[in-house]
Amino acid sequence: MATGNGNRKSPSNAVKIILVIVAVVFLISWISKATTGMADSTWLNIRDGFLITFAAFLTLSIFSFLYNDNPFYKFAEHLYVGVSAAYWMCLGFWSIIVGNFVPHASKTLSTFFKVPFQEYSWFYYVAFAFGVILLMRLLPKAGWIARWPLAVIIGTTAGFNLSRYLHSDFMSQVGNTFQPLFVDWQGAGHFFSNLSLAADGQLVMSAGNWIVVVGVLCGLVYFFFSKEHKGMFGAASRLGIWILMITFGASFGYTVMGRISLLVGRITFLFDDWLSIL
Amino acid sequence: MSVGLITSVVFIGGGVLWILVQSVKGRDVDRRWIFLFIGSTVALALLFHIRFGEKATPIVKAAFNQIENLPEGASVLIAFDYDPAMEPEVGPMADCFIRHTLARKHKLFLMTLWATGQALMTNTIEDILKPEFPEAEYGTDYVNLGYKVGGFGVINVVLSDFRAMYPTDAHGTLLDSLPMFNKVRSLRDIDLIISIGGGTPGVKEWVLFAGNRGNIPIVGGTAAVVAPLLYPYYPRQLVGLLGGTKGAAEYESELTGNYDRFKDMDTPALRMMGPQTMAHVVVMAFIIIGNIAYFRSRKREGK
Repeated sequence: MATGNGNRKSPSNAVKIILVIVAVVFLISWISKATTGMADSTWLNIRDGFLITFAAFLTLSIFSFLYNDNPFYKFAEHLYVGVSAAYWMCLGFWSIIVGNFVPHASKTLSTFFKVPFQEYSWFYYVAFAFGVILLMRLLPKAGWIARWPLAVIIGTTAGFNLSRYLHSDFMSQVGNTFQPLFVDWQGAGHFFSNLSLAADGQLVMSAGNWIVVVGVLCGLVYFFFSKEHKGMFGAASRLGIWILMITFGASFGYTVMGRISLLVGRITFLFDDWLSIL
Repeated sequence: MSVGLITSVVFIGGGVLWILVQSVKGRDVDRRWIFLFIGSTVALALLFHIRFGEKATPIVKAAFNQIENLPEGASVLIAFDYDPAMEPEVGPMADCFIRHTLARKHKLFLMTLWATGQALMTNTIEDILKPEFPEAEYGTDYVNLGYKVGGFGVINVVLSDFRAMYPTDAHGTLLDSLPMFNKVRSLRDIDLIISIGGGTPGVKEWVLFAGNRGNIPIVGGTAAVVAPLLYPYYPRQLVGLLGGTKGAAEYESELTGNYDRFKDMDTPALRMMGPQTMAHVVVMAFIIIGNIAYFRSRKREGK
């Protein structure tokens, strides 16, 4: 029992010490940033110093999760969620209610919110009513009625997307696959006399188009299950899976690049804006 | 070879060797060492200002040429559809596009379909557009339409009428009182759309709902994660594409190489490619070490 109490007290003291150290370090940072600020007013320097120091603290707090879960990470996480929720709520009010509904609903409200009144439109009242009905989900007995506007949203989105995707992602993409297999072909003599490994050269461009055409065909063969994958068909299918794997690898490579970019962005902020050592 | 590069190579080599030895001996390497190693590699490359040259690939060159070949005074719409998480990757693209289009004296229509894009667009206007192009006049050379909620619905509406969705600009000025809108009624009057983003709505939605329907050329600048999904649209549905930091760095290199006034401009994407390259080398080393360890463990188990 005594050992248990000791275990509970010991980390608590350690956390307190760490909290004090972190508070002192960031306080020094704030004072330092405020005294070296470039703004005209002292108050602006104090504000900017606080904002940069606090942003650095939040960045390091989020990074600290890589070591282990801890109170600093929890604080930063909860702050982020809270601020985001408030931000989206305010934005929703000003951009949807004030920005879209009010200019079409009431001259008085338009004057009050200082947005130019456009014209009355019954359509916006219907949309407003649907918005209110959506909130009925919060009432247990009337929750079912929220399905109506939801059905309109899903139906409209599906309708829009079906026609657009069919045109752009199916018809146009089929068209895009029909590439010239010999780009800018002017005969074998011209081809060999201008042989180049440049990315925009005839050889590389033609090779790229061959890969697109063969890759698409083999990829389609892999997903064709009505015939056993044997012989030439099986070879094409195996090439198809290779093409797919290379595609996934390229996607992974790009994802790594994206994540490293974020890391570089944060470390640049810490080194440049906060510590000014770059 | 610089001292920084040698130090970084020695650090990376030593770290990779240590992890290789641990893996070959069959010992577990705590994932926190990996995080620390990647972080330190990036930090070293940044501290020592390690840089590598970039040359524009055809897909980036095509985007550059599209802006270059537009007649002076052409209408260009730039959509800032991104958030602070994507900013390190696509922010440099936005800066480049603003610089390039204004240097070519095109008319800029700036807007965003992302709520978080509004503040970032304002930053670009305040930090790049106004200080570097003081001669650019609001309402005549550029206009800030701000954020509008509605995603692809907004694109659908402005394709037929800007005023139906934007009666005013971001500052509350009626569009009819802005000279730039004298000849522009809808997206169909725009000569080029530049979509910068990496989510939904983003480049894909601009292609689907504006480019294909209105037959308007579109240049994309996108976060690396979604770039592979957009390459199939090039060259017919997208006239050019900048994929992630690499694409931004290539565009920066093209801009500094072709315009004397931009020779000394800040090039954040080119600066980021040094740490990027070093980190990629480390990741590749980890993949190789992981495979060596895997095959050795299989051999030990007699499979």
